[in-house]
Amino acid sequence: MSTQPAGAGTGAAGAGPSGAGLPGAVWQRVRGGNGLLPIVAALVGIWLVLGAVNPAFLAPENLVNLTLQSAPVGVIALGVVLVLLVGQIDLSVGSLSGLAAAVVAVGSVSLGWPVALAILVALACGVVVGLGYGALSTRLGLPSFVFTLAGLLFLAGVQLRVLGPLGSINLPFESWFVRSVQQGFLPAVAAWALVAVIVVTSAVVQLVARARRRRADLACASLPQIAVRTLVLGGVLAAIVAYLYLGTARGIGWSVVLFALLVVVTDVLLRRTRWGRSVRAVGGDRRAAMLAGVPVRRTVVLCFVACSTLAALGGVLAAGRLGAANQGTGGADTYLVAIAAAVIGGTSLFGGRGSAWSAVLGVLVIQSIANGLTLMNVDQAARYMVTGAVLLLAIIIDMLIRKRREA
Amino acid sequence: MSVPVLSLRGVSKRFGGVRALVDVDADVHEHEVLAVVGDNGAGKSTLAGVLAGAHRPDAGQVLLDGRPVVLHSPAAARALGIAAVFQELALVDDLDVVENLFLGHETVRGPLLDEVAMEREAWRLLDQLAASVPTVRDPVRTLSGGQRQVVAVARALLGSPRVVVLDEPTASLGVRQTAEVLNLIVRLRERGHAVVLVSHQAGDLQAVADRILVLRLGRVHDVFDGDASYEDLLAAMTGAVRPGTPNRAVRR
Repeated sequence: MSTQPAGAGTGAAGAGPSGAGLPGAVWQRVRGGNGLLPIVAALVGIWLVLGAVNPAFLAPENLVNLTLQSAPVGVIALGVVLVLLVGQIDLSVGSLSGLAAAVVAVGSVSLGWPVALAILVALACGVVVGLGYGALSTRLGLPSFVFTLAGLLFLAGVQLRVLGPLGSINLPFESWFVRSVQQGFLPAVAAWALVAVIVVTSAVVQLVARARRRRADLACASLPQIAVRTLVLGGVLAAIVAYLYLGTARGIGWSVVLFALLVVVTDVLLRRTRWGRSVRAVGGDRRAAMLAGVPVRRTVVLCFVACSTLAALGGVLAAGRLGAANQGTGGADTYLVAIAAAVIGGTSLFGGRGSAWSAVLGVLVIQSIANGLTLMNVDQAARYMVTGAVLLLAIIIDMLIRKRREA
Repeated sequence: MSVPVLSLRGVSKRFGGVRALVDVDADVHEHEVLAVVGDNGAGKSTLAGVLAGAHRPDAGQVLLDGRPVVLHSPAAARALGIAAVFQELALVDDLDVVENLFLGHETVRGPLLDEVAMEREAWRLLDQLAASVPTVRDPVRTLSGGQRQVVAVARALLGSPRVVVLDEPTASLGVRQTAEVLNLIVRLRERGHAVVLVSHQAGDLQAVADRILVLRLGRVHDVFDGDASYEDLLAAMTGAVRPGTPNRAVRR
């Protein structure tokens, strides 16, 4: 009558219905909307189409460019994922990234600060803005859509004021910061070593978890499952590294390494810490989370702070990549691209559902389309329209998942 | 009698123009099930909310072991050993059973969550409640009403609280699961917990209650012993008077 833990040990590690094999569990996750597989499939599809139309798109050097284009806005999108997870939004991430870029340029060039200090000040701006948003949201109960819209305008104004009458400041080309963002790449040997470290770490973590679960008499992954997962992970990583270092391609840039590191850290925080759990709980059902004793206000404030800080960091990276800060940095569609990326990547606009990886996948989808269409000499107008259509599709899927869950 | 674990003294609470509780006194002791009955809108859930820290009373005091305490939040109440199962269950649909059980009080190993320990404890608790939950790693959204109720009750029992407040714990349950929950309440009493059971199902209360507090329009209308008759309870809840019975005469 009562279910025994040991008896449930047939299927995938506690996920999916017991008895379902690997394909069944995968299908369950796709249907449940938690899996990232649909987006991965969409991304592969987009690459195949763009590559078929213009083979130059799939050239290693172009994919290196794609990763470099994706990193700054990806960092911003990662922050957006966090505020979306707690059921809020931040429309001002673009303006804030522009302000951060301006602070770095003005601080290090006009005021003669060390670059590191200028970067720290820029990040501090993000922390302060996030704390302000958190207070407006949790103390005054204002809707984040409104106060971050106000923030968008206000911070854009501050950005212009900081830049001053020149409106554009070039960063010295020889500074370590610009060089590492523009031309700094992980040496091939280091990249391969990193792959090895990641694969071994993943395997060890899985084996240790399996051993603990077995001792505790709980359902656990079988050894073949762990082997398959490790092989897939190793294969994917090896393919990426091999391709990006093929021929004269430059490989993995430092900004890309930073972005990937931030995503992995955020993913672990979200899935494996009390804070991450409270984020998902607050976004899923704020009142239930409050009744369960989750520190709702602190969680929301921290998400706003993390989002703003990441937005500032995204602006810093954008300045480094451009080698300058100007009035257009972080302007135009930056915030829309970042929010669209989070949503396209599978993070719900309604809170509670999403993953740090959706920032990576969403940004890659958007930047692939932009990059591919540029290679085809398609104009900006068509790029906007295609990206808009993809975003609409993503929101429709999000809505359908939500409706089916409520049914 | 011993000092009550938890007491209310002159507690009043209003929501806008609605007087949900008016000058309510109540006591619950260890090894005791205090039942709270009343018609819809009598203030039962508000009373449970005050005990569990979800509502701050406008007037009056909450006493723990005879000393006044202020329950700022459910978390504060929980820290003082008062656990509650709310009528709306307060489960997060997108989280799985283990995640819901430990929400707000997760077990950690260093900086990371200890999923193994939590999952074991989850199975232990659910087995104790004879719960038929198929897996503890499915989102709560996929569970039936009764299974959700069991998860909510199991969550209240984590950390062996001194006082367990149950707001309509059997409202969405079938016959067998209702019996399970009532058995569970008896077991809680045997283990020394003080139990506050809020319900409008007088039959359930009679089975387990030591004392029955009847609320009507926010006031304590009467306090019966556990063996009060169904008719007396119904009369007190609704205000109907049985022919030949003087009102408010059953108090012992």
